[in-house]
Amino acid sequence: MAMAALRREGRRFAPLISPRPITAVRSSPIAPSHQDEGPIGVRYISTQVVRNRMKSVKNIQKITKAMKMVAASKLRAVQTKAENSRGLWQPFTALLGDLPSVDVKKSVVVTISSDKGLCGGINSTSVKMSKGIHKLNSGPEKETKYVILGEKAKAQLIRDSKKDIQLIITELQKNPLNYTQVSVLADEILKNVEFDALRIVFNKFHSVVSFVPTVSTVLSPEIVEREAESGGKLGDLDNYEVEGGETKGEILQNLAEFQFSCVMFNAVLENACSEQGARMSAMDSSSRNAGDMLDRLTLTYNRTRQASITTELIEIISGASALEG
Amino acid sequence: MLRQASRLLACRPKLAARARPFSTDLPAADQTADATFTEAWSKVIPNLDPPKTPLSFMQPRPPTPSSIPSKLTVNFVLPYASALATKEVDMVIVPATTGQMGVLPGHVATIAELKPGVLSVHEGNEVTKYFVSSGFVFIHANSFADIIAVEAVPLDQLDANLVQKGLAEFTSKLSSATTDLEKAEAQIGIDVHSALNSALTG
Repeated sequence: MAMAALRREGRRFAPLISPRPITAVRSSPIAPSHQDEGPIGVRYISTQVVRNRMKSVKNIQKITKAMKMVAASKLRAVQTKAENSRGLWQPFTALLGDLPSVDVKKSVVVTISSDKGLCGGINSTSVKMSKGIHKLNSGPEKETKYVILGEKAKAQLIRDSKKDIQLIITELQKNPLNYTQVSVLADEILKNVEFDALRIVFNKFHSVVSFVPTVSTVLSPEIVEREAESGGKLGDLDNYEVEGGETKGEILQNLAEFQFSCVMFNAVLENACSEQGARMSAMDSSSRNAGDMLDRLTLTYNRTRQASITTELIEIISGASALEG
Repeated sequence: MLRQASRLLACRPKLAARARPFSTDLPAADQTADATFTEAWSKVIPNLDPPKTPLSFMQPRPPTPSSIPSKLTVNFVLPYASALATKEVDMVIVPATTGQMGVLPGHVATIAELKPGVLSVHEGNEVTKYFVSSGFVFIHANSFADIIAVEAVPLDQLDANLVQKGLAEFTSKLSSATTDLEKAEAQIGIDVHSALNSALTG
């Protein structure tokens, strides 16, 4: 957003470059209301205007630099947590595999996004992926619903998919993320939403500059049974002895719920990391742009200042030569 | 032990005769699973790259060896850390809902839910004990054990006084509980605290 504002400022200057022949120094783009017509048709801008612009751009630069530092420190905090939680979903994938192309009647897409903006394009990527999965899983008897975490995805999805949204959860990061909070959230979703397959869409954190959109699939116990019976990837699930509980179904139900909360926990942490990383790089390029803009404005300012000095000199000299001659 | 031995005798020839079990199919399978997904995606949404799936971020598990390996490879994970990651041990004893279950290399593939209790890891002569709150344990046919617990603490970090206080508190809550939910919560509290108690004393 800051970058867009800066670009707009640049564009406002561009079309106002004067095409008229100028004997004195050509001054750079000006706002019409501050033009002064000097002798010999010279147009120059009041230095006050340029100075105001310079002050505001410098402030923007300071703010974006500060935001970058804040994002860097928050990233450090969340990154260790996210990396530690990466072991959590691996046993489930080792046991149950990953079947993103499973054919189910009711899919629910859980989109994880941030509440605050100025974080680059990660929320738009998540929303695009969610919409893609929705399209992939729509058909004659199939339906896809959304569960949204975060304000930014809500804003984008509410415009065209309002009727498909089941649940919206915001202000996730008000308190530091922990497993208890996420498991309560997972419980809410499981209670209120009917699903055959849950597809969690988030940005996986690879490095400060690389975030990979990822989709994790969690199947409901009935579908797990169905896939196990039909053979294929889950065919060997039947070989596993199930200890405890009255029925195998009960254990599989608990397993599915536990899997969902673990995968959600990891997903939410990874998305938080990606958000901070993206914000860092967005604010960094913002401050760099502000710096470039400031350089250009400084040149304009100096040119304007020198132009006015030159004009004064010319007046004096021509006045003096008129007196002599 | 006897139970495992009889199961092993029954299951081993079956394992050898059949095609490789699930965990070995990961490297090849992840291509096919991803391939059907990527194909379907590129048909419907041609302009975007498809999102990645967890399989591409995981190391594939080794296949089931034909003879029982000497060590059990244990992954003990918690939401906040991986307490043990692919550690080779001799035996682990897990507190399953059906009682303490000993897991040795070559154990039959099992999925078990855990109840609050003591998990002990035996490596050579040293035994490390943790109190786990609950979770799941998956034992795969290739002598890999995945233990996923919600909370686990080494036993020396438990305070006996607080355990007793907690137990008394939850017992009184159970007697004064009115709704089913309150009763269930109080019962859970009692179960955990009595398990803590027996862990400290036993």
